[in-house]
Amino acid sequence: MKNNDIITKLKKSNLLGKGGANFPTSLKWEMVKNAEAEKKYIVCNGSEGEPNVFKDGFILENYPEEVIEGIKIALATINNSSAYIYLRKDYYEKYKNKLEELIGNLPITLFKKTGHYIAGEETSILEAIEGKRPEPRIKPPFPPQSGLWNYPTLINNVETFYYVSKINKDEYQNTRFYSINGAVKNEGVYELPENYSISQILKETNNWPDFSFFVQAGGGAIGEILLPNELKQQVGGSGAIIIFNRQKTNPFALMKKWTDFLLQGNCDKCVPCREGIFRLAEIIKREINNPNKHSLDKFFKAHKQTLQDLFFVLEQTSFCALGKCAVVPFRSLIKKLK
Amino acid sequence: MKIIINNKKIEAKKGQTILEVAQKNKIDIPSLCFHSDLDIKSNCRLCVVEIKGKDGLHTACSTMIEQGMKIITESKKIHKARKINLELIFAQHCEECNDCIWNFNCQLLKLAKKYNVEITRFTDRKKGYPVHQFGPSLIFDSSKCIDCRNCIDVCQKQGVGFLEIKERGHLFQVIPSQDKNKDCIYCGQCITHCPVGAFEAVGEFEDVEKPLQDKSKTVIFQFAPAIKTSIGEEFNLPHGSIVTEQLVAGIKKLGVDKVFDVSVAADFATVEEAKELIERLETNKNLPMFTSCCPSWVKFVEFYYPEFIPHLTSVRSPQIILGGLIKTFWAEKENIDPEKITVVSVMPCVAKKYEIQREELNMDGLKPVDYVLTTRELAYLFTKHKIDLKNITPKKPDNPLGVPSGAGVIYGASGGVMESALRTAYEKITGQNLKKLEFQQVRGMDGIKKATVEFHPVKCEAIFAKQKLFHRVKGLLIKTAVVNGIGNAKKILEELKENPKAYDFVEVMACFGGCIGGGGQPVPTDSKIRKQRAKSLYQIDAGKKIRSAHENPVIKKVYENFLNSKKKIHSICHTKHLNI
Ligand code: SF4
Ligand code: SF4
Ligand code: FES
Repeated sequence: MKNNDIITKLKKSNLLGKGGANFPTSLKWEMVKNAEAEKKYIVCNGSEGEPNVFKDGFILENYPEEVIEGIKIALATINNSSAYIYLRKDYYEKYKNKLEELIGNLPITLFKKTGHYIAGEETSILEAIEGKRPEPRIKPPFPPQSGLWNYPTLINNVETFYYVSKINKDEYQNTRFYSINGAVKNEGVYELPENYSISQILKETNNWPDFSFFVQAGGGAIGEILLPNELKQQVGGSGAIIIFNRQKTNPFALMKKWTDFLLQGNCDKCVPCREGIFRLAEIIKREINNPNKHSLDKFFKAHKQTLQDLFFVLEQTSFCALGKCAVVPFRSLIKKLK
Repeated sequence: MKIIINNKKIEAKKGQTILEVAQKNKIDIPSLCFHSDLDIKSNCRLCVVEIKGKDGLHTACSTMIEQGMKIITESKKIHKARKINLELIFAQHCEECNDCIWNFNCQLLKLAKKYNVEITRFTDRKKGYPVHQFGPSLIFDSSKCIDCRNCIDVCQKQGVGFLEIKERGHLFQVIPSQDKNKDCIYCGQCITHCPVGAFEAVGEFEDVEKPLQDKSKTVIFQFAPAIKTSIGEEFNLPHGSIVTEQLVAGIKKLGVDKVFDVSVAADFATVEEAKELIERLETNKNLPMFTSCCPSWVKFVEFYYPEFIPHLTSVRSPQIILGGLIKTFWAEKENIDPEKITVVSVMPCVAKKYEIQREELNMDGLKPVDYVLTTRELAYLFTKHKIDLKNITPKKPDNPLGVPSGAGVIYGASGGVMESALRTAYEKITGQNLKKLEFQQVRGMDGIKKATVEFHPVKCEAIFAKQKLFHRVKGLLIKTAVVNGIGNAKKILEELKENPKAYDFVEVMACFGGCIGGGGQPVPTDSKIRKQRAKSLYQIDAGKKIRSAHENPVIKKVYENFLNSKKKIHSICHTKHLNI
């Protein structure tokens, strides 16, 4: 295989990173390949930490050969490189043996994830592998310029490496993996065209609800809340679609689930995210414990200034994308369901 | 590079951050978690600015300038973001303000005013967080901490790493290490690098009056060289203002009986160190010799590198020597019972509070020094007594322990001890006067300074003919290393493990820039400020007639009349170091 072939193919395929940031894969590969350095690293991100997202686990379970093949292609494309597969703890336990068998004597090391959700963010992974507290780094420099131990580093998600191997074999058909769950009949992971709309996906998988519902699209913590009439769009983020029964869902409990996750999952490095999420959680918890139940509307009106202020600094001043995106579900839920 | 900040054209250098350029051009951007000594962490999110053509807000401390960048540092949006983030920060820091090292200079309160901050908008999240004490030197009240982690970084930079992050539920907390192999060395850099006063010296400020309270005692104050050019800052004088005589006048106003200058004792220390260095060179034993006037450095060696203990000079630190002389020489002369004397040191340092508790320094059970006040504490005491150093008639320190040589003054800056010792050692070894007293190579703010000093060949031959150190053509070559910022000392010690002959004489000061950057100094302290303070010390030295310790007539007299036996010299000027 010639080095440049795969990058040309990636370019043609228009493959976008499947970790949530949608960065063109070919560009990343090219940057790392062309970077001047005596050593380079490749990291396969299998940290999948957001609730209701489990497609990377599905791929590791069903197509580990393709994933390793994808990494192998990267190793061959990028000179003097070695690789890490960064796995969340349960994936590590579950797939360690299988993966090691496939790795054989390739320069690929399995790394068990430390810390919380943030440790899925690219530069936090680098910190974790370097043995530090997983926290995002200041960017620039970006990992392709200076990553693991300051060497140029290619970080791609499990799903991306899977598709690299498909593209290499000319078997890529512009699909992606969707985790569908919540109040659905046919929960699961589906590989479908990436330009499908949410409603198409739900119909095709026979999951279109026959009750009044709403959707959280992207991921189960920072995905946006969508109403049935908004499902003409594609899924962003990590490709999860979660269905909620509108009558049976307590919005406060749902928001609490998010804040619980975010409290645990953020790194607490920066003021708006650490303190902002803490205060958001505080308000929501107080509401849940309040004996006089409020409607979402009343709740919002009662805390309007504080909520808006917290959303503002989270979105505008957070250090990394987690804090910036954390407002999306709350804001959309309050706006749409009140 | 040209950029535009608030519609003003500004010339800047590539590779600078927006914050750097703004600070250089006196454009105010709040920057709580930024300290020029430390890596950029960018976690307080107060320095946000707007950049034309780029969405959203950007932190000035972490954003590099680009050609033609147009930056706005104040707008409605920026104001709002700073206000809310400040409110969130205050929710970790709901404290009483009267007992804080930042008392009149608190950045948080200034910002609160500027941004209409509702200080108590959120309830105190850190209520009940613990207070830790580190030995006799520091207090860390973690309920004041705003999680910026400057302290952790600076302690790491010091090569100690005593401060750590501990996960606490879903949040974290800064705590002292529980690891038995780590211990605080009391350098106090965490105090001067914490933007919100979560650290302070033990007794700061509640105990400042204590030394003055026992009316039955004669109270003597002695002040360290580094105070002379720093305490003025607490009275809004420019950085580096020389206020020696105002300082003396201020102390006198407190009702103190005598005020002596620790720089005089530095001269004794220099003479003793020069003697010891010559002795070690002659016997070729325990080289390199290490200075020992910094108690943090001594503790660092004792705790982390005990195998190097024999290298520490046995000479006591200047404050201890002077305290000893006051309670012996001076007490005898004045016919005062030494038990009835209180000696108070004013020090730029919190480790000195630890040093005076070291029992091996006692002289027949008598402590040479009874209290240590930091520069900040003395300034606080002055303020309490309505003493303003800006408006005071200067007074000279008292005789006879009030007139130092220039060498004694530069002790306060990194390289000063080395330079003083070299001035004296040179003349003692070669019997000739130095043509040029300044040893520029050991001056300045670099963390490690190395210099090989040549001693005149002719005179050296007689003494050092047997030694390998002696070089027939060049004379005696003394290889020196001068270190400030104790993290750098690790590098030298590791080097010495590999190559024990790498140096003959090593000076280490734990704090950045030496004592002028000490943990007891006024805040803020940063590299620029340290430079100013050091420059003024060298200026005092340059203006003195007598610039070498051994030429100081006071010293000569005391050696003649009092320190005239080995035993006496030993009990007042020397000590031993411990394996702890
Ligand atoms: S104690 Fe001070 S320096 Fe340390 S993290 Fe807290 S606020 Fe920052
Ligand atoms: S005094 Fe020095 S060694 Fe001790 S915790 Fe503070 S920075 Fe670390
Ligand atoms: S100074 Fe820039 S984020 Fe704190």
